[in-house]
Amino acid sequence: MPADRFPPGTRVRTFPHDPPHHTRLPRYARGKRGVVIEPEGPAELADVSAQGRGDAPVEQVYAVRFAARDLWGEGDHHVVLDLWESYLEEDHGHER
Amino acid sequence: MSGDHSDATIARRVRRLETLLEDKGVLSGARLDEIIDATLTGATPANGARVVARAWVDEEFRSRLLADGTAAVRELGFMEGSYQRLRVVENTATTHNVIVCTLCSCYPLRLLGPSPSWYKSEAYRSRVVREPRAVLAEFGLELPAGTDITVWDSSAETRYMVLPRRPEGTRELGEEQLAALVTRNALIGTAPV
Repeated sequence: MPADRFPPGTRVRTFPHDPPHHTRLPRYARGKRGVVIEPEGPAELADVSAQGRGDAPVEQVYAVRFAARDLWGEGDHHVVLDLWESYLEEDHGHER
Repeated sequence: MSGDHSDATIARRVRRLETLLEDKGVLSGARLDEIIDATLTGATPANGARVVARAWVDEEFRSRLLADGTAAVRELGFMEGSYQRLRVVENTATTHNVIVCTLCSCYPLRLLGPSPSWYKSEAYRSRVVREPRAVLAEFGLELPAGTDITVWDSSAETRYMVLPRRPEGTRELGEEQLAALVTRNALIGTAPV
């Protein structure tokens, strides 16, 4: 495995895509901003393996923490999701 | 996604798969039964309760448990041979954790036994990520306004278990007596101990 792309503390944004196949990126967390807590360890990309294909890439999975306000527009709690690397991009935006 | 694991299509598919495994000599029916039995036998919340009680009486075990849940519970003989990772999240005076699987019903079966039906319900899965304070209040758990709540949505290969707070006035109790206080809902985060 190469070095982790998103070290702990990295601000990330999830992709907003709505794929026609199975995905582990829940709808409520698409296109949302969060912060990487830490890597959870590599796993096969479920989006591909769920299609019965044997060529699923193995990617790092990250525990990512989201503020309820960023997910729902309200609330003071946090939600943590385990997300595959290809669901994420670094968030360089400053408007928060 | 329906989240319904008991429909006829999947049952047929499982039976077909079992037949294929046997026909091709990959696995005998008897061996398959052994594996299923080994996974399910003794899969009860008493396991999670034992882990919690050990963490309450053994500070070094508690540290190892929070740092690497899988390795720590294996010290007690749990989750051997599992490909899943376990992360144990600790409640404190100011933080509270609760677990869910919004996609289906992922759950640390070996430590908590089969999940309760409400854990698999649409209502719990959709509401606890959005309004955990209200959902926990419906379970009878009223948290102080300042408590930081984190909801852990088990959507990948990691399973979560809550390490509840040790109740007041239990200093005299031994590990076994402490374990008897820990309920399944406390391990999910929908009840205190």
